[in-house]
Amino acid sequence: MVHVYGDNVDTDRIIPGKYTKTLDLSTLADHVLEDLDPDFRHNVKDGDILIAGENFGCGSSREQAPIALKQCGLSCIVADYFARIFYRNAINIGLPILEIGNHDIEKGDDIEVDIEQGVVTNKTKGKTYQATQLPQVMIDILEEGGLVDYLKKHGDYQLS
Amino acid sequence: MGQTVSEKIISRHIGRSVGAGDLVVTPVDGVMATDTTAPLALKAFEKMGGTKVFDPTKCALVLDHAVPPPNERIANLHKMMRAFAAEQGMRLFEIGEGICHQVMIENAYVKPGDIFIGADSHTPTYGAVNAMASGVGSTDLAATMMTGKIWLKVPESIKIICNGQLQTGVSAKDLILYLVGKITISGATYKSVEFEGEAFEGMTVASRMTIANMVAEMGGKTAIVNPKGLELDYDFDPIYPDHDAHYVDTFEFDVSNLEPQVAAPESPDNVVNISQHAGQEINYAFIGTCCNGRLEDLQAAAQILKGKRIKSGVRMVIGPASKNVMLEAMNDGTLQILMNAGASIITPGCGPCVGTHQGVPGNDEVVISAANRNFRGRMGNPNSNIFLAAPATVAASALAGCITNPKEFL
Ligand code: SF4
Repeated sequence: MVHVYGDNVDTDRIIPGKYTKTLDLSTLADHVLEDLDPDFRHNVKDGDILIAGENFGCGSSREQAPIALKQCGLSCIVADYFARIFYRNAINIGLPILEIGNHDIEKGDDIEVDIEQGVVTNKTKGKTYQATQLPQVMIDILEEGGLVDYLKKHGDYQLS
Repeated sequence: MGQTVSEKIISRHIGRSVGAGDLVVTPVDGVMATDTTAPLALKAFEKMGGTKVFDPTKCALVLDHAVPPPNERIANLHKMMRAFAAEQGMRLFEIGEGICHQVMIENAYVKPGDIFIGADSHTPTYGAVNAMASGVGSTDLAATMMTGKIWLKVPESIKIICNGQLQTGVSAKDLILYLVGKITISGATYKSVEFEGEAFEGMTVASRMTIANMVAEMGGKTAIVNPKGLELDYDFDPIYPDHDAHYVDTFEFDVSNLEPQVAAPESPDNVVNISQHAGQEINYAFIGTCCNGRLEDLQAAAQILKGKRIKSGVRMVIGPASKNVMLEAMNDGTLQILMNAGASIITPGCGPCVGTHQGVPGNDEVVISAANRNFRGRMGNPNSNIFLAAPATVAASALAGCITNPKEFL
């Protein structure tokens, strides 16, 4: 199932600052998106996809934002584009995200995502969309499951 | 081809000439995390196999987002940070020493030409002192503390030129609000934003910090205020852009007739001239934060409030950006003026900015704040509304009980 939101969903809406100061990550999912859509956290199911417009995750550097979205069971986020720090954070914690500019995915559309190929199929509209290519270092990090495992394995960045 | 300031700074760090779009791994000169971001970072550091930070003199932890701790959970996170700093032999800024960005600059943890990585989105503030500074999340920060390096894409640059001098009663905050309104909350995403022109040349370091700070509200990766006119209490080699540097966009404004600005709920780029909201009733006035909690900001408020009382029924909270700022404001009588006018002074730190404690608004209340963000729920209550403005406007509005142009009191 897809959950569709608009442009500029900021990190305060994803997880309010008052809940971020914790190491008990399961509590983050209890409040995810609560000021934007109080029903989301009750409706979301494992494997669901979040669809957004431009500049998703703008605002704070809090990594608790992508963690909360991952904790509640989302398998992937698709947006026109992401705010910079959110983008890095999501990849670093191993939450797949795809940038598809000017997509027309709507509520109720039946969506399939091929993360490896970066291809999203909209069965309802009979369309496919190609996501922007990630830089190689991000592909490597995502392949290891996140930056923690990447560095545990390599000890340092493997680039230039 | 010539280089922008961020291209120059990165090139110097990696020992070869790079341009926008190049992917690099660069050494960094400083790293910082706060009580919001450090606990997760310390966990990640341990999990990625970190034992020693790359250089304890270049790493710092700051207790600022929830100080003194409002509950046992946060008290224990602070305790964990203290223990880590002690074990690593690195500096921990205790509760009440100030907001991360303020203490990094006051203590010269960041200097012109540096690359600095902070686990806080307002890290671009250090562009005030001609450094290239960028915000990251906790896991990136952990990796940088361990390796002393970060991977990044050399950003494209935008240039914003402001000609003319700001009028009396109009401050750096009004200017940056105006510019955020023009560029929008996503207009500088992934980009370095360079400011130059007459309007910035005479600015104090404090005002330059206000300017660079809100590049975060344009989505920028880093900010650079042209160092022309920059004065620091140590010698430095300023880094200027080359004449033929490439900018993806250049914006030019004449700011000599700029009026005080406000950002209406619920986005920092929802900016208009103050006249459009003049008379809007307010319940709560807040001056503080890494954007506007410095001595000149408190003095601007005191100038308006001297010998007067804020409107009955309105409350006012002042959060000095650091202990230094607080001591200076104490010594020159600023705090006394503010307290006599009815303001409540809180521990230096982020205070109510991020909705954790120390002044959450009530339902349907309207806040006028000198902070940098007014997203829904930002101050801890999704049923309140936040207007952003300059410290002088916040003070004038507290006095009148409604949004008021500070020029009426000058
Ligand atoms: S004062 Fe506000 S914006 Fe600045 S670092 Fe603290 S919480 Fe963030």
